[in-house]
Amino acid sequence: MLRKILTILSFLAVFSVSAAHADQKKIGFIYIGPPGDHGWTYMHDQGRIYMENALGDSISTTYIENVPENADAVRAIRKLAASGHDLIFTTSFNYMDQTLEVAKEFPDVKFEHATGFKRMDNVSTYSARFYEGRTIIGHIAGKMTKTNTIGYIVSFPIPEVIRGINAFYLAASKVNPDVKIKIIWNYSWYDPGKEADAANTLINQGADIIVQHTDSYAPCQAAEKAGVLAFGQASNQEAFCPNSHMTSIEDIWGPYYAAKAQAVVDGTWSSEDTWQGFKDGMVEMSPYNTKLLPLDLILEAKNMETAIENGTLHSFEGPIYNQAGELVVKEGEVADDGMLASMMFYVQGIDGEVPQ
Amino acid sequence: MSIDLIIGILNIVLISTTPLVFAGIGELVTEKSGVLNLGLEGLMLVGAVTGFITLVITGNYFYSLLLSIISGVILSGIFAFLVLNLMTNQIATGLALTIFGIGLSAMLGKKFGGTPIDGLNPYYFIVISFLLVFFIAYFLSKTKTGLIVRAVGENHNSAYALGYNVIKTRYLTIIFGGVMSSLAGYYISICYAPMWQEGMTAGRGWIALALVVFATWRPWRLLVGAYIFGGVAIMQMNLQAIGVKLPGQFFNMMPYLATIIVLVFISSNKLRLKLSAPSSLNIPFEKNQ
Repeated sequence: MLRKILTILSFLAVFSVSAAHADQKKIGFIYIGPPGDHGWTYMHDQGRIYMENALGDSISTTYIENVPENADAVRAIRKLAASGHDLIFTTSFNYMDQTLEVAKEFPDVKFEHATGFKRMDNVSTYSARFYEGRTIIGHIAGKMTKTNTIGYIVSFPIPEVIRGINAFYLAASKVNPDVKIKIIWNYSWYDPGKEADAANTLINQGADIIVQHTDSYAPCQAAEKAGVLAFGQASNQEAFCPNSHMTSIEDIWGPYYAAKAQAVVDGTWSSEDTWQGFKDGMVEMSPYNTKLLPLDLILEAKNMETAIENGTLHSFEGPIYNQAGELVVKEGEVADDGMLASMMFYVQGIDGEVPQ
Repeated sequence: MSIDLIIGILNIVLISTTPLVFAGIGELVTEKSGVLNLGLEGLMLVGAVTGFITLVITGNYFYSLLLSIISGVILSGIFAFLVLNLMTNQIATGLALTIFGIGLSAMLGKKFGGTPIDGLNPYYFIVISFLLVFFIAYFLSKTKTGLIVRAVGENHNSAYALGYNVIKTRYLTIIFGGVMSSLAGYYISICYAPMWQEGMTAGRGWIALALVVFATWRPWRLLVGAYIFGGVAIMQMNLQAIGVKLPGQFFNMMPYLATIIVLVFISSNKLRLKLSAPSSLNIPFEKNQ
């Protein structure tokens, strides 16, 4: 009820800003959280600002924040489409079917859906290979943990998140076969209190490193308070936990957004699937914390980044087994993008089951 | 399970449940006087952001607490004026207050999101929350003023005929509820997760509202209910971390489900309903009837 009213109010706000020049291309964004979350939505908003600066007067942008991943999303996306937007970025996985639904009604409007896998003639999908970053932090965590217990806070059981857990665990267990990860599913992307509770619960159960796949910096703050180590998520979170923040995996959307907006301005936009990582600069690691990490470990991490960039290292190198002990990636091979995109199983060694 | 682990769990339960106790006990008093305030979420957010901003600017915990309380007085004062003097619909006004609070807090806090602060020790608030429940339970059942509050909530016309000032009583209970919500918000942004981010209360105001019904408007039951809700949430995290497979979505809807069950139970019987809910709840009071 409340969400609906909020959504309606935000439509009104969109209408008021969209009285811009007629020849400008209008570009809209749907955000799952507030741009001030200093995580996922913050980085998308940074991308939007980058795009605005890069393209100047040829575009104007609007966004609707805090759009829930349910039927309200359809209304929010439709409002943007109906109010003359040429290109709409829907920036969360569970906007997938809603984006397609609206895209069918507005064949002339271009849509870009983040982290999804369903495309149409006017719907592109794009994502970053965050799991490459998870490989790096897994390696660091495997070497840095003293209790051999790592706490991992996650949002929803979707392929992107599960891929991250697997990439992390594979890298961590490679350098430290005794490592265990404890996983808590929060079923929300953004609830600072709950994320802090989860972090404290994991620390209480013996985790000495906190990893998160949720959007606020509360877990890293909880780690700082408890005196354990942590990795940030989506943006550089060092300011919030200077004594426990080892590094963050940063999402860099700006250049991609600018390129796609330019394509719409030039009339060359076409539906495609983009999945970029370290190599194209869509994923970056925040500066490694030299106070916490030994120099040789930082060098190892940097070498791994380079190796992933030039393809000599892959996050999912065989042999990889699933929990049932079945070989899913053969020795000498790497997991293909199809498998990665639909990954809904844990690799061998992770305790617990993937929630349904 | 080792003792340390259990103490750790209890510690987390205490920290995470306290905002529910504050907001819940405030709303309980408001509802006992016959007014339904759905604006808790908005009040909490504004309380959280004013406290946070004041702390960032002045660096003084006392001023930040004071400003947070004042924000609650002002906002709930406006709400009281609307529903008591102008006799607007309480549900619509409460929802408006929530929406207003969400927007206002986001606007005020825009420049302050992501400013690191030193959090305050939560234990003061935890102790105060228990004392508060004790005090309110005593107040409502043993003091004359408390009985007047209940009389106003049960039947405002009779209370008025007996010479009690219905409007004044309700002003005070609404403002008390507002201040408690602000404190809950203050606790969240200063102690629980020391930061400001938009919408950071994440629905706790609604859980507090549900809690009042769950407790059938009784202070001690509210405390117990809050700790059941909070305890279940933390226990399921612990079980998950141990590796037990749980339907997490189920636990997320638990507070609401429990409230519906209690509602069904108390409304199954007219007498039981009468004994539980304040009879004048959500009914506007007109002086010159």
